[in-house]
Amino acid sequence: MTGWVDALIQGILLGGLYALFAAGLSLIFGIMRLVNLAHGDLIVLGAFMILTIAAWLGLDPFAATLVALPVMFAAGFALQYLLLNRTLGRDLLPPLLVTFGLSIMIENGLLELFSADSQRLDAGAIETASIKLGGGIGIGVVPLLTLASAIAVIFALNLVFYRTSLGRAFRATADDLEIAQLMGIDHSRIFSVAMGLGFIVITIAALYLGMRANFDPTIGPGRLLYAFEAVIIGGLGSFWGTLAGGIIVGVAQTVGAQINPEWQILAGHVAFLAVLIFKPRGLFPRAFD
Amino acid sequence: MALLETRGLTAFYGDFQALYGINTHLQAGETVAIIGANGAGKSTFLKAITGLIKGPAESVWFDGEPIGASAAAEIMKRGIALVPEGRRLFPSLTVEENLLIGRYGRGAPGPWSLERIYALFPAVRSRRHSASTTLSGGEQQMTAIGRALISNPRVLLCDEISLGLAPIMVRNLYDALPQIKAEGTSVVLVEQDIVQAIKVSDRIYCFQEGRLSLSGRPAELSREQIHHAYFGN
Repeated sequence: MTGWVDALIQGILLGGLYALFAAGLSLIFGIMRLVNLAHGDLIVLGAFMILTIAAWLGLDPFAATLVALPVMFAAGFALQYLLLNRTLGRDLLPPLLVTFGLSIMIENGLLELFSADSQRLDAGAIETASIKLGGGIGIGVVPLLTLASAIAVIFALNLVFYRTSLGRAFRATADDLEIAQLMGIDHSRIFSVAMGLGFIVITIAALYLGMRANFDPTIGPGRLLYAFEAVIIGGLGSFWGTLAGGIIVGVAQTVGAQINPEWQILAGHVAFLAVLIFKPRGLFPRAFD
Repeated sequence: MALLETRGLTAFYGDFQALYGINTHLQAGETVAIIGANGAGKSTFLKAITGLIKGPAESVWFDGEPIGASAAAEIMKRGIALVPEGRRLFPSLTVEENLLIGRYGRGAPGPWSLERIYALFPAVRSRRHSASTTLSGGEQQMTAIGRALISNPRVLLCDEISLGLAPIMVRNLYDALPQIKAEGTSVVLVEQDIVQAIKVSDRIYCFQEGRLSLSGRPAELSREQIHHAYFGN
């Protein structure tokens, strides 16, 4: 019995990581209907950036992340403003092709710079710290921080979206691009700010990716897959749905592993397929199309 | 000098030419109606002024400056607001958010505030926190007009505000026009409802198949002239 309860708890905590992977994807898709195939590789890029900053400045991963955040915001803004805005239009194919190309460039660029060796963000004693719940069940501090960060990120995104003038502009632009321009909204700029915010979320996801497990330049597409699954399960355009989607994938994986260790990854995908079959629009759909 | 002017304005959708050399002008404080049958080019005319269709810079002038090639957001910031055909409120925004987004690009000081718009359209105030998709057609149109007014524009462009509404609602909307004019806002009304348009306008322009077929003061134009300019032969 303890094993099952433990699997459930660890699954929820793992779901926090998947929700962090997915939140940035959900944000970008929700505002500009852009499916960013480089999302997973950008998370890996973020992890390498934190690693490099930590090594150069002698900082711990948390402090290095604070340094990386403004850099990544600027990078996201510039990427959207200079490149991705040119790909957006009636045709859905150009942004897919361009972000796919970007994914390949990032992966190979990182291989060239950092080799294929596994890396890890060294956070010191916190990595192994845990809280005992009794009955032989313990919660790792880092997984708990991951889930708390995911909740904080999604809470903050909701605040921006539904309580600020910038958020109104995001939603208006997503609703009707033409009329949004008549409100004085410069959509190129709004999209670039959104991508900048997306990169902030990506950087936070990168911190926990790097602290919880080894990473190397090639693992991006796998993270993209989990992120996709979380977004689709949650329903397009709903941030809390994305959190729920991440947790469902996480719990499915840990429960699957409890049944048979070989089933861990498979069980996550099966849960995703089950939602697609029974609720094709996801559990908490918000988007109109 | 005219506040807003088009000089030889043409517009294209791909290879299809929708407007042929349109010359019009609007003085400050004036209300002008653009009438014409379906497909005459009235909405295209408004799209060209607001920057949704771009052309040569010198084809549209506002306040002495060429704006024909400017972006829509830039033109809005200068003080031209559009009430689009079909209202086109933002479905994910509440009624009040739809009004507030209207001043996103231009927070110019002026008579029109949230409170003043609610005073003009009390029906909208009572629905302020509702989803905009739950409003009746008339309430949606009032919200769309409020959304354009809240930026305190110098020129208000209205595209078919009476379309699809009950006659009583059309009268309510047109009853609000004198208050808008009284604040010094210049108004361009695009209408198929000729009677309503002529009643409130200082001058009219009639379009026919992308060309200007008639212009003048309503009192100086005969029924036959308007009929001929509207329908052709």
